[in-house]
Amino acid sequence: MLEVRGINVYYGAIHAVKDVSIEVNEGEIVTLIGANGAGKSTILQTISGLLRPRTGGITFMGENIGVVAPYKIVERGLAQVPEGRRVFLRMTVTENLEMGAYTQKSGGIADDMERAFTLFPRLKERRRQVAGTLSGGEQQMLAMGRALMSRPKLLMLDEPSMGLAPILVEQIFSTIVEMNRDGTTILLVEQNAQMALSVASRAYVLETGRIAMQGDAHELAGNEEVKKAYLGG
Amino acid sequence: MVYGIAKMLNFAHGDVIMVGAYACFFVVTRYELPAVLGVLIAMAVCTLLGVFIERLAYKPLRSAPSLAVLITAIGISYFLQNAAQLLWTSNPKVFRSVVGDASLKLFGGRLSVSVSALVTVAVCIIIMIGLTWFTGKTKMGKAMRACSEDKGAAQLMGINVNATISMTFAIGSALAAIAGVLLCSAYPTLMPTTGSMPGIKAFTAAVFGGIGSIPGAMLGGILLGIIEIFGKAYISTQLSDAIVFVVLIVVLLVKPAGLLGKHVQEKV
Repeated sequence: MLEVRGINVYYGAIHAVKDVSIEVNEGEIVTLIGANGAGKSTILQTISGLLRPRTGGITFMGENIGVVAPYKIVERGLAQVPEGRRVFLRMTVTENLEMGAYTQKSGGIADDMERAFTLFPRLKERRRQVAGTLSGGEQQMLAMGRALMSRPKLLMLDEPSMGLAPILVEQIFSTIVEMNRDGTTILLVEQNAQMALSVASRAYVLETGRIAMQGDAHELAGNEEVKKAYLGG
Repeated sequence: MVYGIAKMLNFAHGDVIMVGAYACFFVVTRYELPAVLGVLIAMAVCTLLGVFIERLAYKPLRSAPSLAVLITAIGISYFLQNAAQLLWTSNPKVFRSVVGDASLKLFGGRLSVSVSALVTVAVCIIIMIGLTWFTGKTKMGKAMRACSEDKGAAQLMGINVNATISMTFAIGSALAAIAGVLLCSAYPTLMPTTGSMPGIKAFTAAVFGGIGSIPGAMLGGILLGIIEIFGKAYISTQLSDAIVFVVLIVVLLVKPAGLLGKHVQEKV
């Protein structure tokens, strides 16, 4: 479904992503783990078209999206929940969801919104509130609900557990599994490797811009090196 | 509005106002066509001009530091003034008011209010309500607010940020045309520099009221007008502009966000 082939991404002179190849098949949950600054978010931003690779290619549903404008990539069914949630703080919950549905014809928006509210009942209670007044967990729910409004085939989530209490992290991850069961393919970027490996089928381990390891998520969770570096012993 | 969404000060706005006034002048005064047509043509000309300026001068600077954009805007402002001087000479033109020059006599003639002033106030109120509705209720308007908050996130929603910003300029410039027509209906001398002082004043009013806020701009404009007139009447006619700017400085010292300026509380 998504194929990233040997991309190199630079921030000015800094070589942030080195020769990274990633593959995501339809129906999977794939996770990309690694320490802070390893280049995980850079990869997601490059897939969404906000950054461009200097070399290498990105194919989504058989089409080269490496040159497609970011807003058209969303139209093709590839959505992202960005790091730090980035909900529109001055807009209401409903308006944020409407923005998520920007690429959709107006017909199905009400149904999609109802679906987002079923997934996250808290959002329904607060639908008239401005997003800036929501808690961190609620903002994460809103960011996820907003991304779902574009009816993505592939949803990329960047650090959804960041800054959340453990109980909320559990909830967010079970929702990710639920969304996957409903037919959305997931590419999950996480620092919380333990959680990510427990829901994913395959994983990539990123170290300073390079893929250090890859394979079955359960096997990687049992790997001594991974345990030592990312799972706290 | 342009500042609120594109996060840039369009210093050339006043000169777009001037071009709008010239467009209307040629249609109405020179070719004696109906005033409505003059206003519509002025709006069309300004919309095109605004989008053109944005595409040519500002779009390439989208990721440049804001100072570069500001200086470019000042450059565009001078360019428009000089182009107007070249095309239409610096001789003042007598602009015929599009609403006539009748005035309303109240209290047995002791108070007279010109029709053009009344029309100006009415049009401002309609435009303010219209803009508030547009940014609050329509899909395009909401997309503009989304762009103003976070361009990157807006792109991830599938919003074409460049097209949205162009649209903002188109609307802002069409409104500048209306401003030009109303301005010259009230003060009928039209010159290439006609737009520059009102441009700076409008900017002052917007900062005064809280930049980026549409009702703030309106409130700022009204207060500024009152201060200017009272300054003229009770202190000095020559110093009225200076008084206006002193007030601006004081407001910025006391309340840097302006009267209705927004401070967003962010939860982290």
